[in-house]
Amino acid sequence: MAQVKNRLTPFFENITFDRDDNELVLNFGPQHPSAHGQLRLMLHLQQEQIVKAHPDIGYLHRGMEKMAENMIYNEFMPTTDRMDYIASSSNNYGFALAVEKLIGLEVPRRAKVIRMLLLEINRLMSHLFWLATTALDIGAMTVFLFAFREREYLMDIIEGYCGARLTHAAIRIGGVPLDLQDGFLHQLRVFLNKLPQNIKDYEDLLDSNRIWRMRMEEVGEISTEMALSWGCTGPMLRASGVAWDIRKEEPYELYDEVEFNVPFSDKGDNFARYRIYMEEMRESAKILYQCIEMYEKCEKDGQTDLMAHAPKYISAPKIDIMTQNYSLMQHFVLVTQGMRPPVGEVYVATESPKGELGYYINSQGGPYPYRLKLRAPSFWHTGILTDLLPGHYIPDVVSIIGTTNIVFGEVDR
Amino acid sequence: MRAYKPKDDVQAKAYYTDRFYVAPQVPKSAVDTDEVFASDLEAIKAKFEVKDAYIQVEQMVIYINPHDIYGVLEFMRDELEYTQLSEMSAIDWLAKDNTFEIFYQMLSMSKRKRIRVKYFIQNGQAVDSVEKLFRSADWSEREMYDMFGIEANNHPFMKRILMPYDWQGFPLLKTYPLEGDEFASWYEVDKIYGKEARDIIGPELRDTARVDRYDSERFARLGFEVPKGTEITDDMEKTVQDYQEENGVFLIKKLDKGSSKVIDDPQR
Repeated sequence: MAQVKNRLTPFFENITFDRDDNELVLNFGPQHPSAHGQLRLMLHLQQEQIVKAHPDIGYLHRGMEKMAENMIYNEFMPTTDRMDYIASSSNNYGFALAVEKLIGLEVPRRAKVIRMLLLEINRLMSHLFWLATTALDIGAMTVFLFAFREREYLMDIIEGYCGARLTHAAIRIGGVPLDLQDGFLHQLRVFLNKLPQNIKDYEDLLDSNRIWRMRMEEVGEISTEMALSWGCTGPMLRASGVAWDIRKEEPYELYDEVEFNVPFSDKGDNFARYRIYMEEMRESAKILYQCIEMYEKCEKDGQTDLMAHAPKYISAPKIDIMTQNYSLMQHFVLVTQGMRPPVGEVYVATESPKGELGYYINSQGGPYPYRLKLRAPSFWHTGILTDLLPGHYIPDVVSIIGTTNIVFGEVDR
Repeated sequence: MRAYKPKDDVQAKAYYTDRFYVAPQVPKSAVDTDEVFASDLEAIKAKFEVKDAYIQVEQMVIYINPHDIYGVLEFMRDELEYTQLSEMSAIDWLAKDNTFEIFYQMLSMSKRKRIRVKYFIQNGQAVDSVEKLFRSADWSEREMYDMFGIEANNHPFMKRILMPYDWQGFPLLKTYPLEGDEFASWYEVDKIYGKEARDIIGPELRDTARVDRYDSERFARLGFEVPKGTEITDDMEKTVQDYQEENGVFLIKKLDKGSSKVIDDPQR
């Protein structure tokens, strides 16, 4: 086929030279493997040193806030999966919790325990993924393979629960759709019993590794003021000396009943963030053990409800829909028209693996949210690169982007 | 007669609402039910005009004057320990009274409290940038400009952030349709090939599941593929598909499920 002429002028897309001051502008991305997605970084360089950094985002913008305004509440749930697709249940959960707070629903205890199990498994999956990809960026291939192996086990468990590996949609407004499958707890226990040894293996490979430490220590230091000012949350903030974990400070679900520590550091560099991710995996394991116990207690006490009982907003259990006329009618209306939450607004923040994941919902009493704002932590963790990168050298860019743990589904939404 | 559709809000609407339906309200409580919020509100009221204040879903909401925003946030950050601006954006009320509602979501980590500061601006009015107070507002305000067209005064780099720089229209306005406008649907074609190529390329196919059985060029006739440009009749025979593997490929064995072992326990 003959080549079609187009209006795009050819240009040297990656490099421009400026003759006056010897400054070089380098385009890092948007198709760079270690940019962790579609990040375009325009770097102004003096020799190898960065003097100005300009992150350019929007390559994965799908307009989720606009979509939300045109979808009924339950319809939007699978869309939230596509934000932080490394730990998608935590996005489902944030949205479900926001709508529940808007309606004023209380979720049954068994559903709460299942949600916590899912959330912490997602946190482990996300942190393992972070460790794998960051180690790969720095050059540690072994750690990548080890961590992905462990993540694979977790994905198998999740797949057994909801049928999906990445985009789970495993949580509903008002509870969870399913009970845990047979063997879930056993598989999880087997995994958790091995996890301490696995984490130790990673640390043996990395902690005293000269290359790892040189690339990580005293690189990408974020001061407390800078982290607060840039809206950093999650491990990014905790590495900069603020022990702020929403699970601890504003507990949701049953996080006030489980015991865990909030690791934090006042160093603020890449290495501090790495240590925090490792410690958080241990804490997640601790929470999961307690959740397993809670789940077994629920089973003993005969608490079988998985969805809240609120006929105006939530469909009745399947057995009622199949046997009772009124439940069927209610279900039909809720599926075709959608629930209509009360008039009002709510902002709910949850601790996703990346940081504070917030949903702001403004409802005008209709089946569609009037305005829904997604507060994704990675958005600001990308923005901070503007102030963080100048002064560093090109190789540091890769390790800094790695430890910020940004996911572009979430940055661009 | 054609059904009336409002032009100033083209978002999805409920297709049926009971005419006697009165939407319930999310309960609001007075600010003095919470000690911390009450003292914070007193402090703010002493310096700035507060038009309305209440507590809704555990968070305080205050309405202020648009020109006070920099002062209020500075006061809250320095005196009241609200050290983080979690989020800020706008709500489009143009259809109702030609205004935008701007909200700032503030977080105090020492008090474990969140306050939402809000105000209304007229359409076309700019807001004061708080980027000097909170660097996070740099990107938030750019996003707000990108999505609503609300500009921020004294912002260092007031450019679009998510949409392309040469985009026209503001996607989150209620007047902007979900599937995009005329400009959006031809954006790539106009930019790469020019407007005159619109007829050749044709509009974008949005329905990915659409199958045109008379299309002989785009592999749409599954099982009935024909060479390009062939005349298509209704009584065509099914195309015989030969896979290379059927006759065997050099060095590649076919999987025999009977002789392979399936590992039940992935943890082993």
